[in-house]
Amino acid sequence: MKSLEELKAIREKMQGQMGLRSESSDQIRVVVGMATCGIASGARPVLNTLSEAVQAKGLTNVAVTQTGCIGLCQYEPIVEIMEPGKDKVTYVKMTAEKALEVVEHHLIRGQIVKKYTIAEMIG
Amino acid sequence: MYRSHVLVCGGTGCTSSGSPKIIEALQTEIKKNGLSEEVAVVQTGCHGLCALGPIMIIYPEATFYTLVTTEDIPEIVTEHLLKGRIVTRLLYKETAEDEGLNSLNETDFYKKQHRIALRNCGVINPENIDEYIATSGYEALGKVLTENTPDQVIQSILDSGLRGRGGGGFPTGLKWKLAKGNDADQKYVCCNADEGDPGAFMDRSVLEGDPHVVLEAMAIAGYAIGASQGYIYVRAEYPIAVDRLKIAINQAREYGLLGKNIFNTGFDFDIDLRLGAGAFVCGEETALMTSIEGNRGEPRPRPPFPAQKGLFMKPTILNNVETYANIPQIILNGPEWFASMGTEKSKGTKVFALGGKIRNTGLVEVPMGTTLREVIDVIGGGIPNGKKFKAAQTGGPSGGCIPTEHFDIPIDYDNLIGIGSMMGSGGLIVMDEDNCMVDIAKFFLEFTVDESCGKCTPCRIGTKRLQEMLEKITTGNGTLEDLDKMEELCYYIKENALCGLGQTAPNPVLSTLRYFRDEYIAHVVDKKCPSGVCKALLSYVIDAEACKGCTLCSRICPSGAISGKVKEAHIIDQSKCLKCGACMEKCRFGAISKK
Repeated sequence: MKSLEELKAIREKMQGQMGLRSESSDQIRVVVGMATCGIASGARPVLNTLSEAVQAKGLTNVAVTQTGCIGLCQYEPIVEIMEPGKDKVTYVKMTAEKALEVVEHHLIRGQIVKKYTIAEMIG
Repeated sequence: MYRSHVLVCGGTGCTSSGSPKIIEALQTEIKKNGLSEEVAVVQTGCHGLCALGPIMIIYPEATFYTLVTTEDIPEIVTEHLLKGRIVTRLLYKETAEDEGLNSLNETDFYKKQHRIALRNCGVINPENIDEYIATSGYEALGKVLTENTPDQVIQSILDSGLRGRGGGGFPTGLKWKLAKGNDADQKYVCCNADEGDPGAFMDRSVLEGDPHVVLEAMAIAGYAIGASQGYIYVRAEYPIAVDRLKIAINQAREYGLLGKNIFNTGFDFDIDLRLGAGAFVCGEETALMTSIEGNRGEPRPRPPFPAQKGLFMKPTILNNVETYANIPQIILNGPEWFASMGTEKSKGTKVFALGGKIRNTGLVEVPMGTTLREVIDVIGGGIPNGKKFKAAQTGGPSGGCIPTEHFDIPIDYDNLIGIGSMMGSGGLIVMDEDNCMVDIAKFFLEFTVDESCGKCTPCRIGTKRLQEMLEKITTGNGTLEDLDKMEELCYYIKENALCGLGQTAPNPVLSTLRYFRDEYIAHVVDKKCPSGVCKALLSYVIDAEACKGCTLCSRICPSGAISGKVKEAHIIDQSKCLKCGACMEKCRFGAISKK
């Protein structure tokens, strides 16, 4: 390593991954339903995609975690996004591809992806 | 990339309570469940709550599990890691009614702490330099090399008010300034990692949990004083610390953060390890340097001070591990930030190793000026088994005992000296009503007698005489005159010993004489040990009323001192009794007591 820039590059790359260990209270929480119903309908690829995308984009203020059954089993995989001071957003029937859209639009730009939300899907 | 990090403590405490096996079981179970690509297992340094080890933290939930066993692992993996359901029975509980606290940061143990020196311990993987860099590691070194002159660095350390954490409390910036002012073709930066005080283990935890912080700080010190070589003197009894230091040094060399032309600034600095064989005196600065030079570790007279003629007779600075652990943070956050914490003359934080009669045995870091009461009652969780607090011992064999009446004194260097103790390296041993203070003084004197190097007479012979007098008192043969003689000898040793070991060795005796003289008098005049510790002054007796004559005690007694017929009260022959207490422990009727 011969420059501060190289040090900075390592730091930024690692910080994305280490952000997982942040415990700050103003974090955005992304919760994936991982009960039997969720897993059976494919929640794991959704969870993994979300987690990887969040780290790759260096979104250190976002925590991707799991939860149990929400009770809407026919709409699994369900992903909920909780932002401090905002209403909870519930996405249903998620896939890895849809999850990437949510990261891109909702988590990065702050635009809710309406077409995947529970309100739209149930109608 | 992983979606979850499982942190398992790999400090010495948790390692001895089985964390390597936990890691093994975790990896097997994670593989079995097909989670290897999703969940990372990270071995970290010490979290501080050693009494509850092995400790595990699972992110991103920050779930804090304690006392984890290998049998718990399948449940943790299938429930928590696969399905996201927290295993509540393994959560840390502060009180019996608690439902379990989810995160470490919610506990009283952590809430009151302020972690600077320990900030990365338990958070990063100490064997991965990238994780240290992710927490702003080596940024301070980069900053001073590219933006500051050596004088500016020294000024920052001076302004921060940082004082030596090894015990003496000498201003660190001043030490550096003196070494900088002495011109020489070669200077040295040394790190004292020869932590010798019984009960103190904060330096070990920093080395095990965050070894790079010490390397970075030493390089900063090297730049400040104009040295190109550093030595870490670490005891060989710290195998985990030694291993991780070796790994850290190699990684730093590989990255070019140690070696030639660091950050392309023309600054050269390298560090080598020197292992100590575990002699207490080698923690004394001149003895430590003599030992690095390859000679027997004996102190030498000062002056000349190390800043003038230290290692290999060249200007040298020697700082303790915890002192170094503060340096990068001071550089990054500014001296004002550091000076805003603590008391008027003691800035920043101090790490204490809590031990003895306390619920949360472990490591805590608190701002200077925190009261003993807060450390012991709130963070330490108080004294177990409903016993009464008697004293806190700080500073190990060089310190003293602090009684209840000084419980609310804000802890800093000067306050502790004012009440006859000292900060020392930060060992804090809590004693309850079952501890005999004369016995405690004797324990520490036995230690210093063993560890005295023998070079100077006051220490070699003086501590031996002190120990003999204490022995005399605890066996019931002491006189009141002995107490006065002891006190006189204490002051003589303090004034005449060559190095810090001898100069502070009488402190345990002086402070117990000062605050617990009544216990000495009970031993000398009444021939009794009020706490029931000193065996020679004890007698075990059987209450004839309560004794059912079951004969259990007479069968268990190793010296055949108990006699009596079946169904009749038994008697202990005091001339044969060894005072082992086995009979009292076994008696089902509580008929045996010690007096």
